[in-house]
Amino acid sequence: MKNILVIAAKEINSYFRSPIAYGLMAFFALIAGYFFWFSTAFFVQRGMESQMTGRSFPMDVNEWVIRPVLSNISVIGLFLIPMITMRLFAEEKRSGTIELLVTSPIRDWEIILGKWLAALLMYAAILAVALVNMLILFAYGSPDWKPMLIGYLGLLLQGGALLALGTFISNTTRNQIVAGVATFAICLLLWVLDWVTSFETAAWAKVVGYMSVLTHFEPFSKGVIDTKDVVFYLSLIFLGLFLTARSLESLRWRS
Amino acid sequence: MIKVEHLTKRYARNVAVNDISFEVEKGQIVGFLGPNGAGKTTTMRILTCFMPPSDGSAQVAGFDVIQSPMEVKRRVGYLPETPPLYPEMEVSEYLLFVGKLKGLGGNELKRRVDDVAGRCAVGDVRNKLISKLSKGYRQRVGLAQAILHNPEVLILDEPTSGLDPKQIIETRELIQQLSGDHTIILSTHILPEVEQICQKVIIIAQGKVVATDSVHNLTNRMRGSETVNVEVESRNGPLELTSVQQRLEQVAGVSRVLHKETRDSRLTFEVESLQGRVIRPEIARAVVESGWNLNELHTAAISLEEIFLQLTSVDAAKEAKQ
Ligand SMILES: Nc1ncnc2c1ncn2[C@@H]1O[C@H](COP(=O)(O)OP(=O)(O)OP(=O)(O)O)[C@@H](O)[C@H]1O
Ligand SMILES: [Mg+2]
Repeated sequence: MKNILVIAAKEINSYFRSPIAYGLMAFFALIAGYFFWFSTAFFVQRGMESQMTGRSFPMDVNEWVIRPVLSNISVIGLFLIPMITMRLFAEEKRSGTIELLVTSPIRDWEIILGKWLAALLMYAAILAVALVNMLILFAYGSPDWKPMLIGYLGLLLQGGALLALGTFISNTTRNQIVAGVATFAICLLLWVLDWVTSFETAAWAKVVGYMSVLTHFEPFSKGVIDTKDVVFYLSLIFLGLFLTARSLESLRWRS
Repeated sequence: MIKVEHLTKRYARNVAVNDISFEVEKGQIVGFLGPNGAGKTTTMRILTCFMPPSDGSAQVAGFDVIQSPMEVKRRVGYLPETPPLYPEMEVSEYLLFVGKLKGLGGNELKRRVDDVAGRCAVGDVRNKLISKLSKGYRQRVGLAQAILHNPEVLILDEPTSGLDPKQIIETRELIQQLSGDHTIILSTHILPEVEQICQKVIIIAQGKVVATDSVHNLTNRMRGSETVNVEVESRNGPLELTSVQQRLEQVAGVSRVLHKETRDSRLTFEVESLQGRVIRPEIARAVVESGWNLNELHTAAISLEEIFLQLTSVDAAKEAKQ
């Protein structure tokens, strides 16, 4: 446990030593802020319209602001994740520091978990930037905070899963850029898999659709925790970390 | 302390280390010598549990590298060929991180960091970013990292590469200080380094051990017959070449006398001994008793360099394989 924290602390430190962390946060604040503004403006406009026409309109902040913002954030996450994971192992392999880690009295899974944990914390820190927007809602209205919490849990689970895959991909190359691009491709693929279900209803399409990370995020954004989605994300996390462990091992047998 | 038996490491396409065996006793400094691509780094990586051997076994500090890697890792300090440094860290921050990886903590960690920073002369750059350090300083930080947890066994892959001459001497002194408590294997291309600080040399070429011996024995063994350069001068009047040559040939143990040059009244010869005979005292006596001056008398020493070249030439490696 102590070793995991030592590795995680080192990784977090190096995120904040490079401009990456700040760049991602600024980028994310901008985009999330834009979505937030857009949804709120839309919501306010609908509200005014309904007042003027006299037709009733359900003034539900959760449904009209928080949910779309969370959904959008989950898509932006797909773009952030490769940048968080790309250097995790690739850089250690390129610079030779992997020799230090692997020959220290610390287990492979401690290294892997430490790195993944750091990536998850980094991701959470970026997401937290968007939380500021949400707090504004609480200042001026009374949205239900429970669905929002669940939405954030969903974001972290989805992030954790993709970060685990990114960690694995970073371990298969010594070139950060390659790792980043490959991870991005995988994230994109897991996103668009969902689309097949819209034009094909056969069993295979259901299976493919099931693999889509965004499908499993939907319920979270509505404030619903479904065990099946949690299990999906947890197994993806496990798969990613397991593959990382295997590739770290095979690196040693081969090179 | 270190026991390697029939160690083999195959890569996809080639065999980097081919059935090597050797032993290192506690407190020894052993030089690992060989041309580029001989398999030094590969062997060291196996000893440090970076990668497992394809065949054979290796024991470090009584633990097998495959069966109990954790125990081995706890007892080994390793300086890889390229020092494993994080450029974005400061030197002291880096050493603290490595210390924690090695299981140190609290006051002991601080004490050890202070100690190795002093020993490796990196105290004055403690608060500098590693990315801003010169190559020599990086090498020193790498060495500091290796000895940080005071390991029983030190494995140093080319510890003096990239250092300036003064630093090389200081590093060698440091390594010598460390021996005794620590068992050290170091690899190098620099032969005088081995002659100076190692008690034992292991010469490998093309993945095979071609010689293992103490530095002293190795030089003696290779020497066999001795070649001595002699310069003789007359005390009065010119010297007669043939008489001097005859006198030298009569000395016991001499097999051949070669006249090299004549300058004024001085004659130079190259005298070769029979196998295993020491002829210098006899030559000295013969010259002086004949009433001549002995200006110079020295062995044309066979350096480790020549031995190395002889042993590691491709033919020699082939012979060793058979
Ligand atoms: N990762 C690898 N994959 C394939 N072959 C390798 C790998 N690493 C080393 N080799 C090969 O193994 C052999 C031994 O290499 P090694 O690095 O152990 O040599 P060395 O004695 O350390 O050489 P040098 O003095 O140049 O450092 C070489 O022929 C090298 O090409
Ligand atoms: Mg080498």
